[in-house]
Amino acid sequence: MTVTPGWYMALAAVLFVIGATGILVRRNALIMFMSIELMLNAVNLTFVAAGRQLGLIEGQLAVLFVVVVAAAEVTVGLAIIVAVFRRRATASVDELSGMKG
Amino acid sequence: MTETVVFAVFAIAAIAGGLVMVGARNPVYSAMGLLTTMFSMAVFYVLNDAHFVAAVQVIVYAGAVMTLFLFVIMLIGVDREDDRTERLPRQRPLALLLGLGLLALVLVAARAAWITGFGIFTGSPVNGTIENVADELFGTWMIPFQATVLLLTIAAVGTVALAQFGSRPPRVRSQNEGPQ
Repeated sequence: MTVTPGWYMALAAVLFVIGATGILVRRNALIMFMSIELMLNAVNLTFVAAGRQLGLIEGQLAVLFVVVVAAAEVTVGLAIIVAVFRRRATASVDELSGMKG
Repeated sequence: MTETVVFAVFAIAAIAGGLVMVGARNPVYSAMGLLTTMFSMAVFYVLNDAHFVAAVQVIVYAGAVMTLFLFVIMLIGVDREDDRTERLPRQRPLALLLGLGLLALVLVAARAAWITGFGIFTGSPVNGTIENVADELFGTWMIPFQATVLLLTIAAVGTVALAQFGSRPPRVRSQNEGPQ
């Protein structure tokens, strides 16, 4: 048995769903952030596998761009979490109901 | 054959890491689970001839991003566990149900194209060396590359601005927003 692109895609789908479920289930803002990273990684895997299947190097370039955007996103997101923590002394998104009125 | 074995081992490691990340009570364990998944991803990239991307994965994700995560976890406090008291009843089972539904949907909807459609890898092999990646990146994709430079600058400036403006107003705590 050889590893077909389908196996990579299926694995990426499973990882993506784990990440999406983590966002739905967890309250901790940090772990929700890590779930987003997991979803981005799953998509990167599909890019690389599809690029190999199609014989294009653009799949790997897409991964590079996703990594750059993810790094920028993590920087800003963690800064927001730290800023919120300094005010509220919590990282739980349930506590952040200030705009509820 | 080698690829099959390596794929199986690291697929299990990646899924286990993801599950640990979602399920662990302590955020540090979550970070370790995500780290496992990131390294497994690097192995998959190597299996797919994406050598440079694998190196970037290890350096940027497993190195820089996870260090940043651990730094913030330590800053916020590792000894504090999540309170698992549920404010919205039925939300957690509903979320798990939605996750399973999403998985079923994705796998069923795309099964035809993935498992049976592609067959074995047929494309002409692309070797993702630094030279090949750079040729394409600094040739065809020069403008998007410059845009990412702009994006990183904006993110850095925004982070500094958040740190500055977040600390300026005096900390006034009203009664209902104290630490829980």
